[in-house]
Amino acid sequence: MYADITAWHDAVNIPLVDPTSTNGVLSLIWLVIALPLAGAAILLLGGRFADKWGHLLGTALPIGSFLISLLMFISLIGKDSGDRQVTQHLWNWVDVGTFHAGFDLLYDPLSALFLMLITGVGSLIHVYSIGYMEHDPRRRRFFGYLNLFVAAMLMLVLSENYLGMFLGWEGVGLASYLLIGFWQHKPTAAAAAKKAFVINRVGDIGMSLAIALMFVTFGTTSFTGVSHLAGGATDNTLNALGLLLLLAACGKSAQVPLQSWLLDAMEGPTPVSALIHAATMVTAGVYLIVRSNFIFELAPEAQTAVVIVAVVTLLWGAIIGCAKDDIKKALAGSTMSQIGYMMLGAGLGPAGYAFAIFHLLTHGFFKANMFLGAGSVMHGMNDDVDMRRYGAIRHAMPVTFLTFAMGYLAIIGFPGFSGFWSKDKIIETALADNWIVGLLALLGAGITGFYMTRLMLMTFLTNKRWKEDVHPHESPAVMTIPLIVLAALSVLGGVMLAGNWIQDFLAPVVGVAPHEDPPIPALGVTLLAVLVVAVGVATAWFLVGKREIPLTAPQDVSFATTAARRDLYGDAINDELVVRPGKGLITALLGIDRYGVDGVTTGGPIAVGAVAGQLRRVQNGFVRSYALSLLGGVLLVVLALLVVNVG
Amino acid sequence: MTATPYVVLSAIIFTIGCVGVLTRRNAIVVFMCVELMLNASNLALVAFARQHGNLDGQIAAFFVMVVAAAEVVVGLAIIMTIFRTRRSASVDDASLLKY
Repeated sequence: MYADITAWHDAVNIPLVDPTSTNGVLSLIWLVIALPLAGAAILLLGGRFADKWGHLLGTALPIGSFLISLLMFISLIGKDSGDRQVTQHLWNWVDVGTFHAGFDLLYDPLSALFLMLITGVGSLIHVYSIGYMEHDPRRRRFFGYLNLFVAAMLMLVLSENYLGMFLGWEGVGLASYLLIGFWQHKPTAAAAAKKAFVINRVGDIGMSLAIALMFVTFGTTSFTGVSHLAGGATDNTLNALGLLLLLAACGKSAQVPLQSWLLDAMEGPTPVSALIHAATMVTAGVYLIVRSNFIFELAPEAQTAVVIVAVVTLLWGAIIGCAKDDIKKALAGSTMSQIGYMMLGAGLGPAGYAFAIFHLLTHGFFKANMFLGAGSVMHGMNDDVDMRRYGAIRHAMPVTFLTFAMGYLAIIGFPGFSGFWSKDKIIETALADNWIVGLLALLGAGITGFYMTRLMLMTFLTNKRWKEDVHPHESPAVMTIPLIVLAALSVLGGVMLAGNWIQDFLAPVVGVAPHEDPPIPALGVTLLAVLVVAVGVATAWFLVGKREIPLTAPQDVSFATTAARRDLYGDAINDELVVRPGKGLITALLGIDRYGVDGVTTGGPIAVGAVAGQLRRVQNGFVRSYALSLLGGVLLVVLALLVVNVG
Repeated sequence: MTATPYVVLSAIIFTIGCVGVLTRRNAIVVFMCVELMLNASNLALVAFARQHGNLDGQIAAFFVMVVAAAEVVVGLAIIMTIFRTRRSASVDDASLLKY
């Protein structure tokens, strides 16, 4: 094919993972994971002994991780862009025959940004949880799980090979299960946790098969190894790898068709939702795709599949968000949709990777902000989540309202706010790539404007609809300060784009897109996007803001509304396609087992028993009948001898 | 000499004994019939020994006699005991040991 790896690298323009060893501050990478992991161990094993100070320790350790990440980030920026990939070998993890996997960590611009997001936003959520979970008798355990969640996610983004990534991947799955079902006394929460876990397993099948295929094809699962050897594999192998990784990403990032767990996951405490949606968990799929860019760049079919999944999901989630009355579920639909944008960016190749990560970061800020804001509202409204019983909360909760408004302006893409820059870039790239995809992404932006405005109106504006015995009040400072910080980040997150900083920073990992002149000038796309969003906002204003909002959801609604309320029949589709055939299969197998296998094993003894029951009648106790049978037997033997000897 | 008459006689006696064992109820009579069968076989053994001109059959007959004597001792003792407890020597009455 090519003379050597460098020639190939130059030819296909895919950056190689080629790290150097760590030194200085950067050799503290392991500590970033170890701190929250130690926190989880202490809090979960400490028992009641740790009840008094558990939440403080559980918050301090992620903050420690954040400070180390910050130091490392500064140190990384100080290096030349070519030297920004460092690796740390901790120990030999698997060393069997020809298969070697080290417990290696990789710190490069991509993981650096993730580290800042996970530890930064994660720490803020920890601080917030101190207030939110104050009256929960199991607060210590909650913080233990949160720390485990953060540690697992850090493992996921810091590992230098797919095997270590899988460890973090599974850790995230476990922690999300524990946290979604944290209020396990509620059957709905227990069921939601189980659902999230099971659906995530489907994605994990993709991940584990991809790792196995990588090992068979390349003999290694390290990013360095795979990125160097990917060019030697056949197209089919690369496409299979890409599709398996996409399946894995769909499970973790709640992309269609594995999306249905995300809405049910709202059963967990609100800080968990914020953590899942902003800092950990759902971003893992996007990370996986961007990290595996050296595979996807060589597998165009798989890349197209990523784009299709992304576009379907971004509309799917947005439509669901339009009809939900539960504030958290409306936000969950919006997350699904925004992750769709990130996946879209990740599916567009080198032109989009950096913007996918950019949107992931800004989304991390504003979505954490809005989820924590929703938690603050619920905190003041006796844990009611139905927006139809909210209204005019802005007076009672000014800080929550103002911070939430920053998140709102960011997510709809109000010019100047962080979401504006990131979403605009993705739409622009999509339009340049394929105008249908681009227009659908634009449509999604319009729907985003609609459902977020609807949420905003129903919650904070319009008339007061809550009951007399509800007394909304502002949350304590420990909850509002994280909100204020996140609101500031939601507003200012866009500075990362200044001077193309984020593209240049990520270039060593994801490469640089060949410069093309866009079919529509960038300014035109921006104006178009703002216009579409404005239409969405105006529609919401006329449909929701100008009308009376009934206290119970009207039932005589259009088919589209009913469908959106029922998550576009995602559960029904799963039931029809998977659950019912699965149940049928199980019933059939059970029947075969009961009547077939059991029939053979228990039928034999039953038959023998029946024959024996009849045969023992021969033992009647009359000596003369025994003598007769003896005579008969002797005669038989004699006859047989005669037949043999004479005949 | 020819052994045929002896063997025929032996067969007749054996058959009588056999039918007696199967048809009679009195334990003493059954016992006697068993003895008949044993002696019928003894007769056949001796007859064949004589025909072949060696002593194998004669020795076997002695063995049978010894076994028969021992069997009589044990068998009569059992019959006596049963008779004492049940006042009956019918083999059909002692039929409790069954399924």
